[in-house]
Amino acid sequence: MTSTQNRVRRRNGPLPTFHVRGPILGFLARRPLLRFLARRILVAILLAWGITLVTFVLTNLVPGDPVAANLGQRAVGDPVAVAQWRAEHGLDKSLPQQYLLFLEGLLHGDLGTSQQSHRPVSEDLAEFVPATLELAGAAILVSLVLGVAFGLIAALRRDRLADHVLRMLSLIGVSVPTFWLALLAFYVFFYRLQLTPGSGRVDPAIGAPPPVTGLHTVDAALAGRWDIFTSALGHLIVPALVLSLYTIGLLTRFTRSAVLEVLGQDYVRAGRAKGLSGRVILFRYVLRSALVPIITVAGLAFGSLLSGTVLVEAIFAWQGVGQYAYKSATALDLPAIMGVGLVVSGVYLAINLLVDVLYGVIDPRVRLR
Amino acid sequence: MTLTITGLRVAIRDTQILSGIELALHKGQVHGLAGESGSGKTMTGFAVLGLLPHGARASGRIELAGRDLLGLPDKELNRVRGNDIAMVFQDPSTSLHPMLTVGRQLTEHMRPHLGLGKAEARERALELLTKVRIPNPAEAYRRYPHQFSGGMRQRIAVAVALACDPQVLIADEPTTALDVTVQAGILRLLRGLCDELGLAVLLITHDLGVMSAIADEVSVLRDGLVVESGARKSVLRTPTHPYTRSLLEDLP
Ligand SMILES: Nc1ncnc2c1ncn2[C@@H]1O[C@H](COP(=O)(O)OP(=O)(O)O)[C@@H](O)[C@H]1O
Ligand SMILES: [Mg+2]
Repeated sequence: MTSTQNRVRRRNGPLPTFHVRGPILGFLARRPLLRFLARRILVAILLAWGITLVTFVLTNLVPGDPVAANLGQRAVGDPVAVAQWRAEHGLDKSLPQQYLLFLEGLLHGDLGTSQQSHRPVSEDLAEFVPATLELAGAAILVSLVLGVAFGLIAALRRDRLADHVLRMLSLIGVSVPTFWLALLAFYVFFYRLQLTPGSGRVDPAIGAPPPVTGLHTVDAALAGRWDIFTSALGHLIVPALVLSLYTIGLLTRFTRSAVLEVLGQDYVRAGRAKGLSGRVILFRYVLRSALVPIITVAGLAFGSLLSGTVLVEAIFAWQGVGQYAYKSATALDLPAIMGVGLVVSGVYLAINLLVDVLYGVIDPRVRLR
Repeated sequence: MTLTITGLRVAIRDTQILSGIELALHKGQVHGLAGESGSGKTMTGFAVLGLLPHGARASGRIELAGRDLLGLPDKELNRVRGNDIAMVFQDPSTSLHPMLTVGRQLTEHMRPHLGLGKAEARERALELLTKVRIPNPAEAYRRYPHQFSGGMRQRIAVAVALACDPQVLIADEPTTALDVTVQAGILRLLRGLCDELGLAVLLITHDLGVMSAIADEVSVLRDGLVVESGARKSVLRTPTHPYTRSLLEDLP
């Protein structure tokens, strides 16, 4: 790697400023965007390590005795069985040692064994995480598309009928509690109208598609099984909409105010003075600037959307992480709780990283000094 | 005669803002438009380019090469904007888009107006940057507005305005937001470009000192009406209107 770069360098002559910094730093110095990304990713890795530490400590602070929770009545009274169980789970070692063991396992993808399902936690997560990702991902997609579109329309039709209607809808969206909406939607669409299938992710009579990504809709499409796809989509639509209503409302409001703010900027008037078409002004001049506040709100909103999945999963019997987390927590299943904690914080971390990176990609003032 | 404004009246909702402006701009001449803040200078400029705020109604005539701009549908007006008539705004730190490169902002209107391809547009942009005396144009082309000083930004804004070879340039207080040290440079640049390219320049300012430095003709605006107009020397030396006299007395 280094020798090829040196060869290239020799052929092209020396690069005086960058030569002394070594190949990697020199390479980054010439590419501000990459340098910006590298710095953000480095920070994310540090945060991820912090998360493992916090997860570990919190889990060990939980009051309650995992032995009592996981060994049968009789075994708890038997000191030999208890000691054996503790040794098996590394509980006889000091906390720092336990943490190192935990980290080592983590690096190998080993999150321990769930005391409930008696399966590796990683296997449990591999089953439940995609289900939640499918639900939350669909909700995020719907809220982004509809929220930004509604907000844009409301801003462009300011004080006209469309604006009033959309503002009213967004107010409803942010005021209605998700659990109530979920129950209502379940009752109306499934029970009353029988428009949509009720619970679960797919019609059991058809069965799940061959797993590739774990997302039923995607896997069904990949396998060309359109009967499964239709069924999976039918199951997905109502819970995803229920989950996204709040974020749609929020994004509509923020997009509207962000677009209105940008529309009043000097550079938009300057763009019009140049004779640019309305389309260019809207997408290149207005939407691009408005995206910065929109992304900020979207990042925050998706956090709240994730916590909403616990309720929606319960009501629609969606076998996802929310349900798994609830069961593990009530059973004091420590490895499972840690696993869920890590996955959820990982998702938050990824969303934050994405938001940060998008700032830099959209706004040169963030990535260039 | 390049641009003639006759009987221009503008009202926003119930407020009369301009009440019958008369102005004539000529090729190769700088026409100064003076008047205190709120007298309607900016609105006059906006009216010419059809950039008046929402809810504004304009009447009268703004004639460019035999056509009345006030009656033009938006699509045709867009062919005039930036192409026949261009504008330089007051504050270059807000009038250039912060997220688009200088190159992009210099070239994006060349395609619709001049039909230039990417390489030709870039070449022309580099020439323009040289013309407004931006050092190292190829480097500047790739940069963003925030990486330049205020004076340099205004030079870039002037280059953007000149990109499609307009006949008329409206400069709305182009030095007000700048450091005193760079103001004279921008004014000299505008004067030079006016002579070199045969532009008809409308130089809007509330500062008669700026005016006396470079204008050929001067009009004085008060409450939406031109109260005095004529050659610079006669207006500044022997003003007939008491309002002009009071403005001149306020000069240091
Ligand atoms: N959007 C607007 N709505 C209503 N009145 C406005 C608006 N913009 C400017 N005006 C009024 O128009 C008058 C002329 O403003 P302007 O042309 O900006 O003055 P200046 O000579 O300082 O450039 C002012 O009295 C101002 O209050
Ligand atoms: Mg003004």
